[in-house]
Amino acid sequence: MQTLISQLQTRFQLSEFILQRDNLAFVTVTREQLRPLLLHLRDKEGFTHLVLLTAVDWIEDNIFQLTYLLGDRTAGCDIGVRLMLPRDVASMDSIHDLWPTAATYQRELREMFGIDFPESPRVDEDFILEGWTDLPPYRRDFDTLKYSQESYVDRLGRETKDPAAYMKLKLYPDEDNDG
Amino acid sequence: MKDDFEKLLDQQPEKEPEPQERPALRDIPVREELVPRTVTAPDGQEIRIDPLQDYYCQAGPTVQTPAYTRIIEDLFNWARAESLWILGFGTGCGAIEMRPLMTPRFDAYRYGIQWRPTPRQANLLVISGYLSVKTLKRAIRSYEQMQNPKYVVGLGSCTINGGMYWDSYNTIKRLDDYLPVDLYITGCMPRPEALLQGFDDLKKLIRAGKAEGANKYAENFERYKTNQKRVIKDWDMPDYSW
Repeated sequence: MQTLISQLQTRFQLSEFILQRDNLAFVTVTREQLRPLLLHLRDKEGFTHLVLLTAVDWIEDNIFQLTYLLGDRTAGCDIGVRLMLPRDVASMDSIHDLWPTAATYQRELREMFGIDFPESPRVDEDFILEGWTDLPPYRRDFDTLKYSQESYVDRLGRETKDPAAYMKLKLYPDEDNDG
Repeated sequence: MKDDFEKLLDQQPEKEPEPQERPALRDIPVREELVPRTVTAPDGQEIRIDPLQDYYCQAGPTVQTPAYTRIIEDLFNWARAESLWILGFGTGCGAIEMRPLMTPRFDAYRYGIQWRPTPRQANLLVISGYLSVKTLKRAIRSYEQMQNPKYVVGLGSCTINGGMYWDSYNTIKRLDDYLPVDLYITGCMPRPEALLQGFDDLKKLIRAGKAEGANKYAENFERYKTNQKRVIKDWDMPDYSW
């Protein structure tokens, strides 16, 4: 892993790798570095498996973080490639031509985070949600509790009791239960 | 305890707060195959097609009146209670609890309960657990395709008050807003024994002539449809499909 990391760093002028385990490392890249790096890892270094493509909403810094996790099945090691996107114009180049499965991840990210991947197959179609009209629900500024209360009617009578106090009240009703 | 629950159910329609309509951030386009269009027949005639109007029957559900004497109605109810055919439609994790019921360990078949693959052959819809809005759409269509007499059982706390999905953006909280529920079985999840007990209670309700969900649906059709359309934003099906 260490030799691979130093090779990659000299070849692509990458920033510092974060070595999480002996067989798992993360690196943050720029938009231009991403595609050549993924291609090199897939074709030359044996990272043939796209394990996942996911996003994190860093709302405080106004960025989305995309994580492309690649796996080398024979060596049993993974490399996560991170990429930061501005939150207000969230759009990224599609990688569905490198891994066809990426199209599915990208559809999900488009629906749940509102990150656009132009030219990815069927990216604008509904994926899991049907007829969703609000903010993408995985964005952190989407308030799921508020939405749920506004959209679906609560059943009256739903209440929560502190288990200890409630049992004390039930088992020893004569005692002083204030404290 | 059961009476309390029934009282609670009866009280609710007056008190229930109206959910606010949220302004939509985007419009939902009608599916391509449902857009009205003009087609040219082989003989050159032009035909105007509106799929939502032309492909489905427009008649709504009707109330089924009881038989002319009490004794006949009792006979019917006895027969109905003894053949509960469940639609094999698992909506949530509760569907897992239906599998042991089908197999020799708990063997619900000995009570005259069996599972059928299509809505046309079934008369009991078990909503087994949480119901997302997407699944609700399918559940409504399945329910409406079932033939009278038909019953709905809500299984697990998710169907009663949302359960652990009480703050979910995509899961309904009260099943009886959208479908006429005859009986709820509590638990998260209810064990197969609880389900058997529930089916037994449902049989008693049917024999007493109290399982009138389908008639309730027909009587309050407008209210059910309003509630359904409030949560299903991409309503692209007929109001009643059977």
